[in-house]
Amino acid sequence: MPKDTGIGASTRRREDVRFLKGKGQYTDDIPPAHDQAAAVFARSTVANGVIKSIDTSVAESMPGVLAVFTGADFADVGGNPAGWLINSRDGEPMKEPKRPVLAHGKVRHVGDAYAAVIAETEKQARDAVEAIEADIEELPAIMDVKAALTSDNFVHDEIGTNQCFDWGWIEDNRRATDDAIKGAAHVTTLELVNNRLVPNAMEPRCSMASYKESSDEYTLHTTSQNPHLTRLLISAFVMGIPENKLTVIAPDVGGGFGSKIYHYGEEALVLAAAKRVGRTVKWTSDRTEAFLTDAHGRDHVTTIELATDAEGNFLAFRTETYANVGAYLSNFATATPTFLHGTLMAGNYTVPNVYVNVKAVFTNTAPVDAYRGAGRPEATYSLERVIDKCARELGMDPIALRRKNFIKPDQYPFASAAGLEYDSGNYDALMDKMEEVADVAGFAERRKASEAKGLLRGFGVNAYVEACGIAPSNLVGVLGSRVGLYDAATVRVNATGNLSVMVGAHSHGQGHETVFPQIVADMLGIDAQSIDIVHGDTSKIPFGMGTYGSRSLAVCGSAVVRATEKIIAKAKKIAGHMLEAAETDIELKDGQFSVVGTNKGVSFGEVALKAYIPHNFPIEDIEPGLEETAFYDPANFTFPSGAYCCEVEVDPDTGKVRVDRMTAVDDFGNVMNPMIVTGQVHGGLGQGIGQALLEAARYNEDGQLESASYMDYAMPRADDLPFYIVDHSQGTPCTHNPLGAKGCGEAGAIGSPPTVVNAVIDALQSGGKNVTHIDMPLTPHRVWSAMNNA
Amino acid sequence: MTKVEMTVNGKQVSRDVEGQTLLVSMLREDLRLTGTHVGCDTSQCGACVVHVNGKSVKACTMFAIEADGADIKTIEGMAGSDGSLSVIQSAFQEHHGLQCGFCTPGMVMTAANLLNDNPKPTEAEVRHYLQGNICRCTGYHNIVKAIMAASGQDVSAIAAE
Repeated sequence: MPKDTGIGASTRRREDVRFLKGKGQYTDDIPPAHDQAAAVFARSTVANGVIKSIDTSVAESMPGVLAVFTGADFADVGGNPAGWLINSRDGEPMKEPKRPVLAHGKVRHVGDAYAAVIAETEKQARDAVEAIEADIEELPAIMDVKAALTSDNFVHDEIGTNQCFDWGWIEDNRRATDDAIKGAAHVTTLELVNNRLVPNAMEPRCSMASYKESSDEYTLHTTSQNPHLTRLLISAFVMGIPENKLTVIAPDVGGGFGSKIYHYGEEALVLAAAKRVGRTVKWTSDRTEAFLTDAHGRDHVTTIELATDAEGNFLAFRTETYANVGAYLSNFATATPTFLHGTLMAGNYTVPNVYVNVKAVFTNTAPVDAYRGAGRPEATYSLERVIDKCARELGMDPIALRRKNFIKPDQYPFASAAGLEYDSGNYDALMDKMEEVADVAGFAERRKASEAKGLLRGFGVNAYVEACGIAPSNLVGVLGSRVGLYDAATVRVNATGNLSVMVGAHSHGQGHETVFPQIVADMLGIDAQSIDIVHGDTSKIPFGMGTYGSRSLAVCGSAVVRATEKIIAKAKKIAGHMLEAAETDIELKDGQFSVVGTNKGVSFGEVALKAYIPHNFPIEDIEPGLEETAFYDPANFTFPSGAYCCEVEVDPDTGKVRVDRMTAVDDFGNVMNPMIVTGQVHGGLGQGIGQALLEAARYNEDGQLESASYMDYAMPRADDLPFYIVDHSQGTPCTHNPLGAKGCGEAGAIGSPPTVVNAVIDALQSGGKNVTHIDMPLTPHRVWSAMNNA
Repeated sequence: MTKVEMTVNGKQVSRDVEGQTLLVSMLREDLRLTGTHVGCDTSQCGACVVHVNGKSVKACTMFAIEADGADIKTIEGMAGSDGSLSVIQSAFQEHHGLQCGFCTPGMVMTAANLLNDNPKPTEAEVRHYLQGNICRCTGYHNIVKAIMAASGQDVSAIAAE
């Protein structure tokens, strides 16, 4: 029975009202300060070049110009660091070249900023940027990940290699995996490319800084998924501004998908400029800049092998991956292809041997980092494509082959061969549900109908498990993380009984303003409308790590629960005092504190008021006030999983693929707001289908990004996508967090790409074409070419 | 500078603008109507859609001086005078047709124009009409559903919560 309120209710989102009325306040919408100035960047038009000289004298004398910065201005400040230290197989730490605020000495990708102009208006700043004379000697661009490893042309000369690291996971399993493959009855090999994507949050990045000389304080408004993390990076690594002198505010943010996790040089530049010119300084990215400089996603070249016995039991997975990290290490760039990827390479399976090798390579391209799914889509894609190919080679049904190797419900907790301990799941139940809601039994009839229209119809299936709730600090510390990955919440009960809940997570589409109050209201038995969420402002919220990796609910939501539990404990003390009963005899039900077994009670509101008007308080036992903070550090990752399928129609004359039916059955554990969870899956599916069929960030050999606008980069549009069938009725609760929640933000983008590709291959095979693989995106040209070359 | 006069959300406004000022810049910067967003620089994303004399127009493709004398409606003019959401706005909330909210104003303005032209559009007609509006959050499912619901059609068969 669906609930109307509280946990499990599809409460409509309160934040929608302001967005629907055009009253959202994104960074670029903030009314200009009386002293506002604009920053515009001079960006490299070449992918690789030595900066011989930069002459800013003309620019400096132009109308309205307040200051011009170059890399030399930041030579003494720190670099933007990588958040995760990876050691190579030989024990050597990764190469970590400095990522400066502005390029200095060399430019390393098209769009790399080497100067910035601050002027009264944006137009004046743009004109002045045009007047900067930069003598940049172009060098050959380093573009191909494999060629880069043998080249003596380096992205970063000081490290003398283009290899960031050569990582093995798990190195001790290497020999056993090699032996298992050597002795196997059957080995399926697949080479594939996980195509490079541009996240494309619809709101371009924007950063605005001001500086108050009287107190030496800075304020930065910026498009961030994690204002505290941004402040930490600026304070501790880049600028050295003490944290108590820097407020970072991420107001309404128009989507992130990973790209707004990271600290970018533009943020540091506007801070430095605000101080130097004594003005509020704002930079707003245009879309071209966004394409050139937002961290991209994916970009793996992988060879995967799957060894089985004669009956199709999985014996080993072995992969070799070249991961393009771009020109500089973005903050999570080293974690994404390693611990968010290699650790998932056992998938949903009881396979005993897994070995993953990842070589991270610098190239003259934009930095590559976490994008919706971050490493896990790459793992799932490799696994589920090779499994599909294996099924075809063995003549087995692809669902049956997966089921044969699934971890079974009685095997949890399950230690995967890739080093994680899965706490819960039921993959067969997901597959059962998927077969039911997708009407898999009806596929044969639908195929006939398609064929009658002259179209090929294919069915593709996929199973995934991912690691969310990022992440247990103890574990990630051992694995190389330089930060903890807890989150925090403060629950403040105000005197008249309404609540402010300050959270470390940041909402940029996820609906926290609606969902977190649902949880608190449920626990306290009060109206959710009396509870407001405060997020995004480091001067108001406790130190939390923000929103990415499907962590907001599992980690920050758990902190909200813990803080609310503390509120209840203290409120019971106060109620006990008011009712002259022991606190252990007080129970809370429907917003009422009462003495067990009596009709004596006080309301939540009365307790709140008493907390702030503590007349007659036993001040030795109870402090005034009713406000509690909790930091929550997860005990383990959470492990959402799912079974997906889709049906495509392929036009054999044109190679055009249409996704006709897309079904996602996910285990997210307990679900707080089914409407929002369903919406998160929809969004992930849209991006995943986009990756499979449409999207590609394409550089040419000179390092020019050829798909740097919406004219050239094929964003999924409404008529590219179908209605989706989504189900999350088969949840197995997470065993180690108080909500039993696993996280849902990335699932759709993880589960859908292999599903679509598997379906297209199936369609082509049904048409008698022996095509076993096509690299994404499956454009009409690629599909048609594959068919006609088969 | 050229003086332009227009009606914006029912109010007469007059501003001196440069010839190169885009309508979207005048709305956002001069009139502080920041609900109209800028999501690209190639007239592709549709975050800046407003109504000019009753027709949806990408406000980044029109100079302010071209709108001289026009009747303009922006997202800020879509709710009732009492602040209540319009039928389309309500349907977007009811069917979770928005997440981050950035594309939403353009989506609502385009949807209003669609339903004006075609009061009972099919799914395919809605999807086709939205070609000029990009959303990165929703995968469009709930946007299409919301627009069909706003047109008075029964959407209960379209899967969702």
